[in-house]
Amino acid sequence: MRSLLALLLALTGACASAGRGTSAAQAPAPAAPATPAAAPESTSVVRPQYSSTYTRHPNPPVLIRNATIMTATGQEIPNGSILLKDGRIVAVGAKVEAPADAVVVEGTGKYVTPGLIDDHSHLGVYAAPGTDAESDGNEATNPVTAEVWAEHSFWPQDPQIPLAIAGGITTIQALPGSANLIGGRSAILKLIPARTVQEMKFPGARYGLKMACGENPKRVYRTRGGPSTRMGNMAGYRAAFIQAESYRRKWDAWNKDHKGDPPERNLRSESLAEVLRGNMYVQNHCYRADEMAQMLDLAHEFGFKIRSFHHAVESYKIADLLAKEGTSVSVWADWWGFKEEAMDGIQQNAALNQQAGGRPIIHSDDPGGIQRLNQEAAKAMYAGQRSGIPITRDQALRWITANPAWALGLDSIVGTLEPGKMADVVVWSGDPFSVYSKAVQVYNDGWLAYDRSDPAHQPRTDFELGEVPAPGSDR
Amino acid sequence: MIALLLAQTIAITGGTVYPVSGPKLANASVLIRDGRIVAVGTNVPIPPDATRIDAAGKWITPGLIDGAGQLGLVEISAVPGTREATVQGDTIAAAFNVAEGINPASTLIPVTRIEGITTALAVPTGNLVSGQAVLIDLDGATIEQMLVKSPVGIVADLSESAKDDAGGSRAAVADRLRGVFRDALEYERRKVDFGRAQMRPLSASAQDLEALLPVLHGRVSLITYANRRSDIETALRLAKEFKIKLILAGAAEGWEIAAAIAAAGVPVLVEPMNNIPGYDALGVRYANAAVLAKAGVKVALLETDTHKSRNLRQQAGNAVSYGMTWDQALRAVTLSPAEIFGVADRYGSLEPGKVANVVVWSGDPFEFTTGVEHVLIRGKEIPLRSRQTELFERYKSLPPSY
Repeated sequence: MRSLLALLLALTGACASAGRGTSAAQAPAPAAPATPAAAPESTSVVRPQYSSTYTRHPNPPVLIRNATIMTATGQEIPNGSILLKDGRIVAVGAKVEAPADAVVVEGTGKYVTPGLIDDHSHLGVYAAPGTDAESDGNEATNPVTAEVWAEHSFWPQDPQIPLAIAGGITTIQALPGSANLIGGRSAILKLIPARTVQEMKFPGARYGLKMACGENPKRVYRTRGGPSTRMGNMAGYRAAFIQAESYRRKWDAWNKDHKGDPPERNLRSESLAEVLRGNMYVQNHCYRADEMAQMLDLAHEFGFKIRSFHHAVESYKIADLLAKEGTSVSVWADWWGFKEEAMDGIQQNAALNQQAGGRPIIHSDDPGGIQRLNQEAAKAMYAGQRSGIPITRDQALRWITANPAWALGLDSIVGTLEPGKMADVVVWSGDPFSVYSKAVQVYNDGWLAYDRSDPAHQPRTDFELGEVPAPGSDR
Repeated sequence: MIALLLAQTIAITGGTVYPVSGPKLANASVLIRDGRIVAVGTNVPIPPDATRIDAAGKWITPGLIDGAGQLGLVEISAVPGTREATVQGDTIAAAFNVAEGINPASTLIPVTRIEGITTALAVPTGNLVSGQAVLIDLDGATIEQMLVKSPVGIVADLSESAKDDAGGSRAAVADRLRGVFRDALEYERRKVDFGRAQMRPLSASAQDLEALLPVLHGRVSLITYANRRSDIETALRLAKEFKIKLILAGAAEGWEIAAAIAAAGVPVLVEPMNNIPGYDALGVRYANAAVLAKAGVKVALLETDTHKSRNLRQQAGNAVSYGMTWDQALRAVTLSPAEIFGVADRYGSLEPGKVANVVVWSGDPFEFTTGVEHVLIRGKEIPLRSRQTELFERYKSLPPSY
């Protein structure tokens, strides 16, 4: 039954757990930086590899008017308008002039937010229908597999993808699972129908490195050579980074003058060396407060930053420490109790981190939750408010937009409604923090990726073809 | 002592009352005495000795009933020592009644009830026939005090997960159940022969066959999990063959044959937010609950994840979002489950004579803005405390004091 399935997924460490022609010619010169600041100066590779082939899908300019615009920059504009053109947000405000060829969307009674970003998803790597054949999220053959990349598992025909798009998601981080101490590289993806993962890769996005604390790695490797304890976990991370330090030194030395043969490549150390150089972000599955503190020590030892603690159900206990370190927390609204390290989950977790000056993110880690990330943020916001923590609507919106954009290093490109930003925009039937509201239109890079009232804009994967049709347009 | 504790009169006054059994009443009161509701209305005289709960501007509903999960039967999902819902080594575990596995001290109980869930089905899991589900109130120092009805039904599984217990085919699952039902009836006819071992071997233990007899005589329901349309049809077929009082559970593709389910008069337990396709139900849809309700099927809504039972109201809100009427959804978490589980004489609505499981909400119970202000279980006000509220209090300003 479902509860058992959920349990099995949690135990196996899934952390808990459509093609369309494109036209490259339409891609405009980006108005915002296409890559995050501080592009890598040196790496352990000598040639470009595994490039994104993403191109913007063409769409006429769109003016959404008379809607409540929630910008995620502190503003909620009643009767506002927003203009999208060539994949960019051109203007946001009380009055916006539209070009003659713009499609006008009447937004009376509707709300507009940035496209939602889920920085913890296993879409595509633990795809539906969920058989062993789609179980591609944990390379559970070695406790350290920094050499594997989630994009090499990702299945673009996962039928969970259109469901998430219909929930207003425009960008995801698809992560390896948490069976391993170091599970591999994440994939940062535009959530659009596509034939290949390359067509979805967010141009210029840095990779994340999935690391995992606690119960999962020590359970998976207990009888397979270890680690079998939390101290074993720590020794495992340290050993891997010590190797990577040496590897990095060799490459950095060679990179100075390119004299002689380059050092031999080692994929495992290559990923870790990128973390040491600051070119890749550590995304760390970690539940308990005391373990997060250990991981911060590890990061200090090797001189890297942990960009986000994921799940972090006890982060409220050390919210002051996390805020000081500048490490964000990617948390659920209310999950708890499915294993011992999740016993102390409370509904005010995100709010308490906000109060402490931290950077909370609501993540899903779940193909159901990703469809209702707005609802999860709403629960966490109101739980905080009811407990006397004055969380604003803008802050709660940032939990699912600007803050995860920051965790992925994309906050200069997506996550808010500002001129120049990528036109990732959701139109909601009503207040996105109401249980009764649904995404009615989803624009991804200015392209109408989903329209609840138009079956022509409701992508279906190959997997779904031949099924019984749904009543109405909703699955 | 118990009589003394119960001899209490509570008046919840001046709120908007949703009795469920009738239309909503503005500026109304609910009068409770000795654990029962004695009056509901706009003109209820309040006795001077009554403890008053001012509900002006608040919404008052019956306590919500979750017809799924393992409340009291699991503490930490990943720790086998804390799981009591599955019996090993007996694929036809009809005699397995979960009641004595319930832990009244479970931390999940306060976590759940302070969010307005006052009653839940404790459901056995695993096997072809999982065992006997019981209905409990989420308050009580002992199992006896918590029990509302035992058994509510015997749980059988016709979904994909049952196949392994029947040799690996859906056809074998149905065949095995049929064989067990026949054997139970034969066992009943020939108990003496069975006792003297003058009978061919039967397909389940005498204890389990005996336990199935109330189901085969229509006195106890068979709660059958089935998701694929054809599996639901098999459940309906079996129920017809053996004149079984069927409750369908899961029923992910139920919407495809809503008319047939309605015609059979079979109620359905549905989880509205379940829409991830698997081979057990490729046709799973958000709109399932709404389509079934519209076809005239009696629907109760579920949150199946025990640690998330408090999200039953989110399930209901999403059911509304995908086509149920608000009134249907409220009924589907109160009176309809009470009817389906055979306790509507005592539970599920705010009417004189009913058990006083009552919730006072700050607004629409399905909305996230809404908080729970008061919870009464059997007429007793429940403190809004749980292990989680204590953790919050400890850590709301840092560093904590231990």
